[in-house]
Amino acid sequence: MNPTQVAQGRLHTPFHSRIAALDTLNNWHTWKGYTTPDALYCADLEYFAIRNATAVFDLTPMTKYRITGPDAEAYVNRLVTRDMTKIRPGRVAYAVWCDDAGQVLDDGTIFHLRPGEYRLCSQERHFAWLTAATIGFDVTVKHETADVAALAVQGPTSFSVLKAMGYPELGELKPFGLAHVDFQGAELMVSRTGYTGDLGYELWIEPGKAEALWDALFEAGRLYGIRAIGTEALEHARIEAGFLAAYHEFLPADETIRTGRSRSPLELGLEWTVDFKKPVFNGRRALAEEAKRGSTWRLVKLDIEGNKPAHNSYIFAKPKNNREAIGFITSAAWSPVCKQNIALGTVRTPHGKPGDTVWVEIYYQREMHWSRKMARATVVDKPFWFPERRGATPPGPY
Amino acid sequence: MTTDKYDAIVVGAGHNGLVCAALLAKAGKRVLVLEANDQVGGAAVTRPFADGYSTSACAHLLYQLQPAVRKDLGLKPALARDELATIALAESGEHVRLDGNSVSGVSDEDAAEYRAFRKRVNRYADLLETYLNMAPPRLGTKDKRDLVTLARLGFDIRRLGKTEMREFLRIIGMNIFDEVVERFDSGLLKGAISLDAVLGTHLGPRSPNTMLTYLYRLAGGHGRMAIAAGGLGAVSDELAHVARGAGVTIRTGMPVRRIVVENGRVAGVETEDGTRFSSFTVISNADPKRTILDLVGARHFETGFARRATHLRAKGNAAKLHLALDALPEFRDLSKKELGQRLVIAPDENYVERAFNPAKYGETSPAPVVEITIPSLADDTLAPTGKHVLSAVVQYAPHALREGWSDGTKAAFEQTVIETIARYAPGLGKLIIGSELLTPADIEREFHITGGHWHHAELTLDQFLFVRPLNGAAQYALPLDGLYLCGAGSHPGGGVSGAPGRNAARAILARGIE
Amino acid sequence: MRTYDAIVVGAGHNGLTTAAFLARAGLDVVCVEKNDYIGGAAVSRNLYKDWIYSNCSYVCSLLRPEIFRELELHRHGLQVTPYGGSVTFMQNGDYFGSYHDDEVMYREMCRFSRHDADAYKAYSADTMRQCRFIREFLLSTAPDPTSFKPSDIRELMKIGGKFLEMSEDRMYETIRFWTMSVAEYLDEYYETDVIKAAFSGSGIIGTALGIHSPGTAYVLLHHYMGEVDGNVGSWGYARGGMGAVSKAIAGAFQAAGGELRTEAGVDQIIVKNGKVTGVALENGEEIRGNLVVSAMDVKRTFLNCMQESDLPSDFYRRVKNFKIRGSSGKLNIALDGLPTFTALPKGSPLIHSDMHFIDSMERMERAYDDWKDGTWSKDPYVDMVIPTLNDPTMAPPGKHFMSCFVQYCPHQIEGRRWTDAEREAFGKTVIDQIANYSPDFKDLILHAEIRTPQDIEDQIGITEGNIFHGELTMDQLLFNRPVPGYAQYRGPVAGLYLCGSSNHPGGGVMAAPGANAAREILADLKRPNTVPENFGDD
Repeated sequence: MNPTQVAQGRLHTPFHSRIAALDTLNNWHTWKGYTTPDALYCADLEYFAIRNATAVFDLTPMTKYRITGPDAEAYVNRLVTRDMTKIRPGRVAYAVWCDDAGQVLDDGTIFHLRPGEYRLCSQERHFAWLTAATIGFDVTVKHETADVAALAVQGPTSFSVLKAMGYPELGELKPFGLAHVDFQGAELMVSRTGYTGDLGYELWIEPGKAEALWDALFEAGRLYGIRAIGTEALEHARIEAGFLAAYHEFLPADETIRTGRSRSPLELGLEWTVDFKKPVFNGRRALAEEAKRGSTWRLVKLDIEGNKPAHNSYIFAKPKNNREAIGFITSAAWSPVCKQNIALGTVRTPHGKPGDTVWVEIYYQREMHWSRKMARATVVDKPFWFPERRGATPPGPY
Repeated sequence: MTTDKYDAIVVGAGHNGLVCAALLAKAGKRVLVLEANDQVGGAAVTRPFADGYSTSACAHLLYQLQPAVRKDLGLKPALARDELATIALAESGEHVRLDGNSVSGVSDEDAAEYRAFRKRVNRYADLLETYLNMAPPRLGTKDKRDLVTLARLGFDIRRLGKTEMREFLRIIGMNIFDEVVERFDSGLLKGAISLDAVLGTHLGPRSPNTMLTYLYRLAGGHGRMAIAAGGLGAVSDELAHVARGAGVTIRTGMPVRRIVVENGRVAGVETEDGTRFSSFTVISNADPKRTILDLVGARHFETGFARRATHLRAKGNAAKLHLALDALPEFRDLSKKELGQRLVIAPDENYVERAFNPAKYGETSPAPVVEITIPSLADDTLAPTGKHVLSAVVQYAPHALREGWSDGTKAAFEQTVIETIARYAPGLGKLIIGSELLTPADIEREFHITGGHWHHAELTLDQFLFVRPLNGAAQYALPLDGLYLCGAGSHPGGGVSGAPGRNAARAILARGIE
Repeated sequence: MRTYDAIVVGAGHNGLTTAAFLARAGLDVVCVEKNDYIGGAAVSRNLYKDWIYSNCSYVCSLLRPEIFRELELHRHGLQVTPYGGSVTFMQNGDYFGSYHDDEVMYREMCRFSRHDADAYKAYSADTMRQCRFIREFLLSTAPDPTSFKPSDIRELMKIGGKFLEMSEDRMYETIRFWTMSVAEYLDEYYETDVIKAAFSGSGIIGTALGIHSPGTAYVLLHHYMGEVDGNVGSWGYARGGMGAVSKAIAGAFQAAGGELRTEAGVDQIIVKNGKVTGVALENGEEIRGNLVVSAMDVKRTFLNCMQESDLPSDFYRRVKNFKIRGSSGKLNIALDGLPTFTALPKGSPLIHSDMHFIDSMERMERAYDDWKDGTWSKDPYVDMVIPTLNDPTMAPPGKHFMSCFVQYCPHQIEGRRWTDAEREAFGKTVIDQIANYSPDFKDLILHAEIRTPQDIEDQIGITEGNIFHGELTMDQLLFNRPVPGYAQYRGPVAGLYLCGSSNHPGGGVMAAPGANAAREILADLKRPNTVPENFGDD
């Protein structure tokens, strides 16, 4: 047997050559073992590509699983809290999945590719759990992260770009819809999904066609302001959209060591994804109990006064004389499009009902000088950024 | 085809299923028991194995039937012979005889030490008995009953007194090997005690927590053994009689194909012939793995629970050998009266441990440990006049034999066992006119017990009390509305004790039946 | 004649720790050691030319950082550097490596099973949860559950409280963890034999149990709960060998005015009128002290160095039955150069790691069967490291020191002393095991010290050469360790204390028993406590 050694360093995605060619900053980090850019030329400007033109983000490192078999629907339906029988082939669902204690393991998107065939796409890896969940089902789960190259194409002109690529029929694609089209003889899957809260698509293709797809996309997008972006810009956009991120808004429950550090979907504002009408799903019994008894935590979207982002801040019930904090900020940003100081946070119930006022303790530094500010914050119940174009079908030219 | 509705359906007419059914019926419930085999009793049956010969098929001694069960159901099993002694066989003929709390054939020191040892373990067994006869409390709940039970458990342990409490807390996780080596000289005595601790388990005497399995054996009767008249099947028949008398319907030859789940709760059962029986309460006397994974199906449970069920350990190692004998066999230096006792082959503690070693690798013991009874000496219904039945529990014969169980591997193991016994009973071979070897694989097939395991699930501390058979099912209710366990896999465990059946019935009645 | 406030018997790391804390409280302390060197089983020995052997304990992670900091061991020359990873060589020529980097580890596990690679995450979290549960109780005295003393009840409540703050499910998982075997525990996470075999070693190191013996999951913890700079479970080398640990603690002791006497083996602990008055040395000299603190294991303390008539009979019987079983041997080897391993690609970082040579659970368990039969494992589990790859001080440049910890190796062969021929044969078994995977290994051996448990007992004094001074089974843990009713470092005779690894929380170069004993002694003397509290965790 020849000595084998697994790769010791970061891996490259199939788009790496193209991204590296556009990169000017040499500012990279590791994402699930892959090299991925923080930013390519300027995070602030990259952000505006998302909100103003078309931004392209390489999401190949996202974990992907293919679920197939006669019981595939029953399997995913028992796996996640949502009613997946309502998600027809050609549709995509945002879903969370829990352990038996009703604590969130992860969230992600589930693509109903064809009858009896799904793709589950998530931040974290779950093969052991997904395998355990197959007990009693006639279903196969296959890990396919490296078998599928994926790009997020997001922004107001994103449909125009795809149209220019020769796919005008994608105009009929509704949010959370998916379509299969031909790209140079290969099957290109396009879903109207994304992590930016804007008009946008995600493109999925075999790795061998990745570079060609990139080239075709950028050629078509030349007149529509297409730009490649890094993670920093995306992170801004997802906070504006009010989307959750693992390790920020929640920790995968199977990785928490201390008691009470995980979250249930009810504590993450995801009641709408929990369907108690389903007779069985992972976490159902515990969540039913929680629904009856009341939750401990509540996820809040906060509109905070002033312009100092409330990174890592404590949240208090009153501006002063607090005995203890009622929660803390999990993600914070200054929103350039809303001109709002926004944040996501987690607070103990009964605090944090929409419309409530809470107080956020912000520390900030200006030229070696630290200041502390108690900022008033209002709990809002809608995403900070939800443009009409996000749902328009067919999308306008924007 | 649907028939009428019952308050509760019990799947399996093993002794625990019958106990549970009878107690529910006595409480005024309409109960149906469905049994796959043609006989009631599950693994406690008397059945023919050769022309004119019959014997207790799996369990062959009565020693654990809980006083609480006897009392609640008014059971008075007819005994062909009571208070059996154990004779630890020596090839030399210098046997050691264990009788209640005394032992003979050993040094005076050993005899005195044995009395002290028995006094102590009986005391712990009494403590254990209380908790074997109630549902284990849940931990971390605010339920007052659970808290009271837990507090009582703590108090009962403290009430043993400082010294005894310390000793109890020390030995509960210990192995029997160290305990016997600490106390005794006689190899036969050490071997016999070791054997008692490991019978029916996938453990050797050196395995920690075999002290617990030993205490378990003593709980509720201090290990007093009897041969039931008519075999253990007669005990099951008596139970069935009591159950029927209380209004229970028992139908044999009706294997349940599945437990029906509708709208997230049980709705009844369906038998192999397609008959559907409806009830919102289904109580499974089958083992937990079979119940959860086969009869109901993992898909009706949440993933973590289903995964735990697949991890449940139930590797049976006890085979059963039945010999039809042309005449009473002669054991070296044993009188006919002594032949009627319980004879064990376990010359010393290391012998028992060595017998266990191959079982870890899916092999049978080349020198097995054997527990022998000749029930026909006390009960002439089991064999033609003048002929005899030898019934033996033999370890270790792993359920998952590496080579696989076949006629060939069975014959080879049977030969090994006969030769082992013949070392103490020369001439045995010539008397054999018929035989039956039930390996754990046979027991699994014929009695529908996963792994052919005595306890339906290994009796170790990590599958005991609060966590028996598994987290989330230790109080007889499974995490599926209307579904319960009442068999040996649930607390406290196996043996013809009736405790799981009784505890389950009480737990079900306490929750109320819809 | 001078009367010391306290005499500590045995200058192992625990004895020195107790001595140091007592001296720092202002007591007049002497620590006596039978050998002409200090350190007990934490030593750096110069047994061959310019090589330094950590010839007993060989890695350092359990040493409590609270003690390190309080005794300022860095000022006394101790430096612990971490190392990462491990490798298990397989009979088919492949290997399974554990890498420091999470992603590389993931890829490596994927070579065998993607399921197992993903299960590693939950396994680590679940194991760490148990570590956290126990870690807080290392630097405290085990409460006596039969006692109504406020301190015992407080400590019991603390344990109960830690337990009760868990969710119901996790409570059950905790109960199961504490009672199950390491094999069963691993079965719940992994499907690959070599991965299970690689992880199971920590469940049996130093014990007379097999991987299938219930209770070994806890032993796993005992090896995982160490830390180097807050990285729980990671391992490190003491620069200059393990003797550096003892030397540093001895330095702290002497800096506080303590007196160290080597070649002063204790023959008897003297008891007069139900109270200890001092010790009689083997050379006939008598040292007087108000207290005697024994760092020896309990059997040696009470069966060899005291009169049965001075002890309660029940206590004496318990000590006799205390289980200290020799189950591990040691080979210390001087190498002319770095051996190569056929399976490892050139430049593999795994050369720096712990190396193992058993690739299946069955081989692990069969190794134990040999021990039960009274002989050494013919296919042994070897935990092999080459500290000189990290520490340049232990061998001449380009040369190496190799430490092989071997399981299982009995204290006696079939109930009698080892012969020299058997010791050689044992050494050959181990060398052959390694040479199977390293063709040039044998040619590089310049010198090898072979130590059976019998040798360790003879040379260091630990009964049966058991590295933990007593089995880590449930009947000998916490309030049962070493003997129920005597689990709080106090002996059965006034003025007599115990501070060795026979006491809670047990063995390993942890220094916790020594520190806990000092705290109890100072409390009895109504002296201010000098022993640090647990750093704690939120």
